[in-house]
Amino acid sequence: MTTTPMPPANPPAAHGSGHHASHNLTGFIIFLCSESVIFLAFFSGYAILRRSALNWLPPGVEGLEWRMPLINTIVLVSSSLTMVAAEHFKAKEKLWLFRAFWLLTMAMGAYFLYGQAVEWGGLNFGLTSGTFGATFYLLTGFHGLHVATGVLLMGLMLGKSFLPGNYNGGEEGVKATSLFWHFVDVIWIILFVLLYVWRN
Amino acid sequence: MTSTALVPEPLPSWRRYFGFSTDAKVIGIQYIVVAFFFFLIAGLLAMIIRGELLTPASDLVDRTVYNGLYTMHGTIMLFLFTFPVLNGLNNLLIPPMIGAPDMAFPRLNAVAFWMVPVFGFLLIASFFVPSGPATSGWWSYPPVSLQNPLGQLINGEFLWVLAVALSGISSILGAVNFVTTILRMRAPGMGFFRMPVFCWTALAAQTLQLIGLPALTGGAVMLLMDLTLGTSFYRPEGGGDPVLYQHFFWFYSHPAVYVIILPAFGIFSELFPVYSRKPLFGYVYVAVASFIIVGLGLVVWVHHIFPSVAQWMRNLFMVTTMLIAVPTGVKVFAWLGTMWRGKIKLTTPMLFCIGGLINFVFAGITGVMLATVPVDIHVSNTYFVVGHFHYVIYGAAVMGIFAAIYHWFPKFTGRMPYEGLGKLHFVLTFLGANLNFLPMHPLGLMGMPRRVSSYDPEFAFWNVLASLGAFLLGVSIIPFLLNMISSWVRGPRANHNPWNAIGLEWLLPSPPPEDNFGDHVPTVISRPYGYGKDEPLVEHQAEIERALTLAEATR
Repeated sequence: MTTTPMPPANPPAAHGSGHHASHNLTGFIIFLCSESVIFLAFFSGYAILRRSALNWLPPGVEGLEWRMPLINTIVLVSSSLTMVAAEHFKAKEKLWLFRAFWLLTMAMGAYFLYGQAVEWGGLNFGLTSGTFGATFYLLTGFHGLHVATGVLLMGLMLGKSFLPGNYNGGEEGVKATSLFWHFVDVIWIILFVLLYVWRN
Repeated sequence: MTSTALVPEPLPSWRRYFGFSTDAKVIGIQYIVVAFFFFLIAGLLAMIIRGELLTPASDLVDRTVYNGLYTMHGTIMLFLFTFPVLNGLNNLLIPPMIGAPDMAFPRLNAVAFWMVPVFGFLLIASFFVPSGPATSGWWSYPPVSLQNPLGQLINGEFLWVLAVALSGISSILGAVNFVTTILRMRAPGMGFFRMPVFCWTALAAQTLQLIGLPALTGGAVMLLMDLTLGTSFYRPEGGGDPVLYQHFFWFYSHPAVYVIILPAFGIFSELFPVYSRKPLFGYVYVAVASFIIVGLGLVVWVHHIFPSVAQWMRNLFMVTTMLIAVPTGVKVFAWLGTMWRGKIKLTTPMLFCIGGLINFVFAGITGVMLATVPVDIHVSNTYFVVGHFHYVIYGAAVMGIFAAIYHWFPKFTGRMPYEGLGKLHFVLTFLGANLNFLPMHPLGLMGMPRRVSSYDPEFAFWNVLASLGAFLLGVSIIPFLLNMISSWVRGPRANHNPWNAIGLEWLLPSPPPEDNFGDHVPTVISRPYGYGKDEPLVEHQAEIERALTLAEATR
């Protein structure tokens, strides 16, 4: 076990200044780790209920149509790439290109939500259609809530980028939003596999 | 921000404790005071429960009311007393112990605190809705918890789930804050293995909160949907699985026991060295054992539901549960090793630590008994279980909390608590707790089920003893409250280090200034608990102490 002194976690000058900006990202990552456990709980609940069900599909339901969700998946996964591009341009201080790609990412997120709403509208089962319906709406709804939050956060960061001199202040927010977006993306991939790919 | 960090400030106005403050020391005291307010309410409920159980017949309260009483007693004690009071201690102790000026996110800290009175109000309000409070026990198992005979949307169970979910959010916000603070804001030179054990245990406990609480929140969301939206996650008639809820619930609520007891371990580890005048025996092992408890604590939850699961799960979780006795045993022997041949001073905090340790060892033994599948299935849902966890929570954790309050009271109020009242409090608490909770073990072995308001007359003897113990415990809180109030108002002034303790917090004036060390954070140069070694904890320690003593002499 080490007893060598660690370098100070924080330069002493930063103490007491009231600004702990550099901690925000740490805190946000810790929060995301915690948030992922809720999804883990829902995923495992879904898997347990599905595996123990005698009749997983309620009467009159054929199963889930996968083509439209697949398009949605492609859009959402590519939006992670456009976000990486946006961050790249931000690092190069090409602010307008950053905004363009950032806006594109937002639009793709919004399209995903639209696609989700259309899918929900065309389904012939509801929240109370057994554990199949309940878990489907719980999983997609809770994830959709995160997508909506991500789009709102992106909007906030976009607005902040227009404030003069706010470029550095918004930097951590951009990083946090991007982490959040990749997180939402990964969750969706797992969700897609569980809901649409998993056949008995 | 003060530039004269070493000059004690005048005692602050009491008014700021009633407003939205972002100062961790104010929030800490707010947490503790609010927690004790709810402690008194839940304690009163316990008195009524024990009053009912004085006689075998159900004669004091209606049976439905009784169901509400034990449900609310457990829920309030855990979510509105134990967690808030521990968060209060975290707020008070972590920043000064690591040399930070405040928490990493002061506003988030205040928001997390102010959620406590809000969900406390929701929970208390459920006594006044037409359906009455939740009546399905603090664990709220479906299908009992899904019954809503009056058919109202706002019913006791609804408010219960809402309050628990809000409590979860508040605790997660708190945990993010504590973990970030400990990871990022330590004083120069304070590596992880120079950190006080209380901070280690706080870090471990808050890590458990972050991993466990979301599972309970997820499970509670599904319970709420079953209750109000007609889904059937847990309704067998709709293809759902009530045992699934039990998994969600205990995946969090077993680690929650470690969230409660780990800080008590931290307190024991801080206090035994001070009052034995010896370094903590096996500091590194005690620190690391906290994280072994975290790892194992996450894979033992099924021992709460042995009757509901398959045999292979019982065997597996029996083994993991018994393994947890190893890291806790390491700690117990470390504390004994610390006291061994030490210059033991039986002050009030030390008495509470020793009493808490004795109770904890007893609870650990019954814990290993309960981990054993055949014993567990025999005593499942009996008073044996009730006795076991009251020994853990009241006997060990709450006594540790009292020890911490007496020990750090002078630091944060600038006043000394009275020793006589403190010792009276200890004697009443120790006798009351044992008289109350020990008889529950024979009762459980005899087969008395928990959560009943009437029982067979053969159980009367032990029940009367337990009730007398409970009333003694009720009385024990009076000297505590008297002591706290009177010594805060007019107790003798405390100097910066009344117990001759070693630690960054004792290098601050009592009470510390708002930003603790401000810009003058000392550099840590050795491990904590250097008692009897005569080596300084920080650079320029002698100068810092001289300045503090000088300031105290001239005030």
